[in-house]
Amino acid sequence: MSAGRTGRIAAIALLLLLAGGLFVPDWLRFLLTVAMAQGLVALGLTVQLRAGLLSFGQALYYCLGAYAAAALGRFLNSGDVILQMVAAAAAAGVAAAVLGLLVARYRGIFYGLLSLALSMILYGLLVKTEALGSTDGINILPSTLFGVRPSQAWLRYSVLATAGLVAFAAVLAVERHFNTPLGRLGPAIRDNEIRVEYMGASVRAIIHIEYVIAAVLSAVGGALAATTVGHIDPDMAYWTTSGEFVFIAILAGSGSVLAPFLGAIVYGLIHSTAYQLSPNTWQMTLGIALLLVILLLPRGLWSLFPQRRSA
Amino acid sequence: MDQVLSVVVDGAIYSAWLFIAALGLTLVYGVMRIINITHGSFYAIGAYSAASFTGAWLAAGGAPMLSYAVLVVSAVLVALVLAPVIERGLLRYMYARDEVVLLLGTYALFLILEDVVKLVWGVNPYFIAEPYGLLGSFSVGRLIYPVYNLLLIGVALAAGVALTLLMHRTRAGKLLLAVIDDPELSKAMGIDVGRFYLAAFTLGAVLAALAGALTAPTVSVVPGLGVDVIVLSFSVVVIGGLGSLPGAALGALIVGVVRSVSVHYAPQLELFVIYLVMAIVLAFRPRGLFAAAEPRRI
Repeated sequence: MSAGRTGRIAAIALLLLLAGGLFVPDWLRFLLTVAMAQGLVALGLTVQLRAGLLSFGQALYYCLGAYAAAALGRFLNSGDVILQMVAAAAAAGVAAAVLGLLVARYRGIFYGLLSLALSMILYGLLVKTEALGSTDGINILPSTLFGVRPSQAWLRYSVLATAGLVAFAAVLAVERHFNTPLGRLGPAIRDNEIRVEYMGASVRAIIHIEYVIAAVLSAVGGALAATTVGHIDPDMAYWTTSGEFVFIAILAGSGSVLAPFLGAIVYGLIHSTAYQLSPNTWQMTLGIALLLVILLLPRGLWSLFPQRRSA
Repeated sequence: MDQVLSVVVDGAIYSAWLFIAALGLTLVYGVMRIINITHGSFYAIGAYSAASFTGAWLAAGGAPMLSYAVLVVSAVLVALVLAPVIERGLLRYMYARDEVVLLLGTYALFLILEDVVKLVWGVNPYFIAEPYGLLGSFSVGRLIYPVYNLLLIGVALAAGVALTLLMHRTRAGKLLLAVIDDPELSKAMGIDVGRFYLAAFTLGAVLAALAGALTAPTVSVVPGLGVDVIVLSFSVVVIGGLGSLPGAALGALIVGVVRSVSVHYAPQLELFVIYLVMAIVLAFRPRGLFAAAEPRRI
């Protein structure tokens, strides 16, 4: 898909979200906000998938971002959504820059398993850290924007609008990155990394960069989810959370940078509908949906839309 | 002194349990190259069927000593029925796809089976503590352990030896080794690879169910039982090298001892330390301790 077309569709989707967000019921507003947050994480997965790498531990950065947001409230007494995202991005960027030195050496199933181990380490640490609430987790301060506290009626909408704008910015930035010379080497690595090295590029450095980008996106998603839900706990780093993100990314397909957000919304809708209809079998519904996508739509939901060929 | 002794004994018991839990996972990966997340579901199903059948057996006044047989047989039977249905009915349609797709397929099945377990057994916990205490106890220094734990170590050793003999001393085992080495060439030589996949998947499921059944008397059987076991067995198998039998043994020993040391000396690090070991091993031996290096292909 060409960059211009993606930008136009993203802009239309953003306007729809901002306008529609005014009228939809509160539960849908909540669902959409969480979907934007999860979509950011799934976008991070897509960035890695493009280079042929699947992380089973992306929840590491999602959780890190959420705890960075919480720490801001606990130690600096700030609930500012913008500051939370900045803190989350900074924490994840530093962590990924260090861990990436190790992770970028791995491929295939081992990349996934090492990411999994790292996220479980964070889980193990958080569960035993009393200062951060242990298994009970901690509450997030009520959201403010640039120091302004929106009235109760506008709170949900302002967080949704912020999330939408951030998602929009992320989509444009990632699309732009994909079209840089460095970004174009991602799919080349998936196809054949030795050829990429023969061209004179460092595969490890490229994977490292993509890893950091994915981490920052996921952490921002984590901060948004934290401020939306108002409470976080160590389960955000557990392997089942990573599983949810992989689910969303596969459901969406990696045909476009917009797909993860569509995937997250569909996931949220399936999840909440299934939960309402039958609280004891919602996982089964999700499992069946995932199986159907794997068997019938190998390239994800995005392949349902007509694709325009582009250079 | 007592503490050192109890670290050793606890470590041995926990290692034995881990080995039984991880054995099926490494077998299925070794033969089929599937990271089988349903392993945790079979574990949970094994625990549930063992708990409910053994509970019913004891309530009906059956001989208490025979409860061990009921425990094992009920779990194994359920796995023997369920595993072939899943492999033949679903997984085989995905073999042509990527490793990652297969993993997701088993993840989807895991989600489905989690709820199947809740539908069949409800959400209330099951307790069958009788088999745990029935064999009496033994003492190490001043510490007292139920003899049941020795049984666990015995089963772990027996399962390891039996599987090794099966693979290296029987005709079927040697054919299986050929399939592991090169499925396509094996097919060309006239080996029915599909049958070996079915057998390996079923055997893996039976081992998982067995692990669940043997654990059932020592815990309360509740929903979500299998979720933790999946990552734990992963760490054991990955440390040892995916698909390697001696690797699983060594991995179980390492994780078991590390956990036992940490429980006694630094309990706050218990969970963390297992995955830290996994990350450290992967950092130095990217494919685990017992896996051969693979050359890069152009």
